[in-house]
Amino acid sequence: MPSLKDLKNRIASVKSTRKITKAMQMVAAAKLRRAQDAAEAARPYAERFDAVMAGLASSVGGSDGAPKLLAGTGKEDVHLLVVMTAERGLCGGFNGSIVRKARIRASELIAQGKTVKILTVGKKGREMLRRDYGQHFVGHVDLSEVKRVGYANAQDIARDVLDRFAADEFDVATIYYARFQNVITQIPTEQQIIPAKFEGGDEADTALYDYEPGEEEILADLLPRGVATQIFAALLENGASEQGARMSAMDNATRNAGEMIDKLTIEYNRSRQAVITNELIEIISGAEAL
Amino acid sequence: MADTLQFDLVSPERKLASVSATEVRIPGTDGDLTAMAGHTPTITTLRPGLLQVVHQGGTDDYVISGGFAEIGPDNVSVLAERALPRGEVTQEVYEGMVEEFAAAHRDAKAKFENEPGPVDDTAKLLADMVAIGTHIGLDPKQPNF
Repeated sequence: MPSLKDLKNRIASVKSTRKITKAMQMVAAAKLRRAQDAAEAARPYAERFDAVMAGLASSVGGSDGAPKLLAGTGKEDVHLLVVMTAERGLCGGFNGSIVRKARIRASELIAQGKTVKILTVGKKGREMLRRDYGQHFVGHVDLSEVKRVGYANAQDIARDVLDRFAADEFDVATIYYARFQNVITQIPTEQQIIPAKFEGGDEADTALYDYEPGEEEILADLLPRGVATQIFAALLENGASEQGARMSAMDNATRNAGEMIDKLTIEYNRSRQAVITNELIEIISGAEAL
Repeated sequence: MADTLQFDLVSPERKLASVSATEVRIPGTDGDLTAMAGHTPTITTLRPGLLQVVHQGGTDDYVISGGFAEIGPDNVSVLAERALPRGEVTQEVYEGMVEEFAAAHRDAKAKFENEPGPVDDTAKLLADMVAIGTHIGLDPKQPNF
């Protein structure tokens, strides 16, 4: 049975925990709004880009001259997994679910006898994967100093990936991130970026266009940008997802702390009354003994 | 036929402009071109340069660093890697942009020692960037080639 003083201290400490989680929740909510705005603002570019690329890819894709970034290297032996996670924890299952998805894929590939290389973006994913897949790490991108993710960050990552591809370090690249659906749901997603895959692509629609310079030159120019665009979109989705996950995790934590305070307060009051009753009994029985 | 076209300028980070324009002057990789209503559908890549949009309220200038443009009979979409309204391009910003391209050029020179192709490409981009400066009246401090 904890003493009255112990209980009092515990209540105080849970109260201050609740204050902290409450504050974190509110900060996450504010950041989430900004992250969502950023993701929204990036959408028109990505949509346009995809539409043009899909058209180009469908008209050039079949020919022999198709760039490697689109057609692939012709083999699938070495896979690069780009695992994008947060720099900070305390955001519920956000990092864990992305890492789990990447982990499943990595063990599948290894079981098939393929070579796996892992590039981590964000400290948390690196920490989680280090024990099992540490020997597969080929690089790490640190975004902890970055306050607002910009296109330049995505370009840096894309350049790193493309340089490795040009040096024949891998055949297939896949990115892992969480797609933001709403505050409660973030969907861990894997997306192949090299060789490039584009949804749809209506050939009849784009065949009308004149291309300046030629289709293949444009494609060769745009494919590397496409990689950067996809990575940028993933970074933004991840940013929104992280804040969403943190917000709901902190909301839960705040509620749990509240419940705990209620329980502790009841216990505190009960034992306080028990002490009083005890004292009364002692006084009364003392008086009766006289 | 309508004599205006819908002009959209988007960068990866935001949408910069969406207006009804009469004329759009685009710095294409193969040369400048002006798009007006009824233009043949064209997709062209862009070089660093000055994008000019003529609309009812006047002319808007944007400094862009590359990307591509999709031109249709009644719309023009410019997807620029980086785009700034001319007013926001101060000497300082401009020097930063030139320096970026100069750095890319130096990297290429260091990396592709015996392949002139990529080095020349970056040199051309750098020269384009420097040319913008003279265009908009900023001092293009000649970087060391």
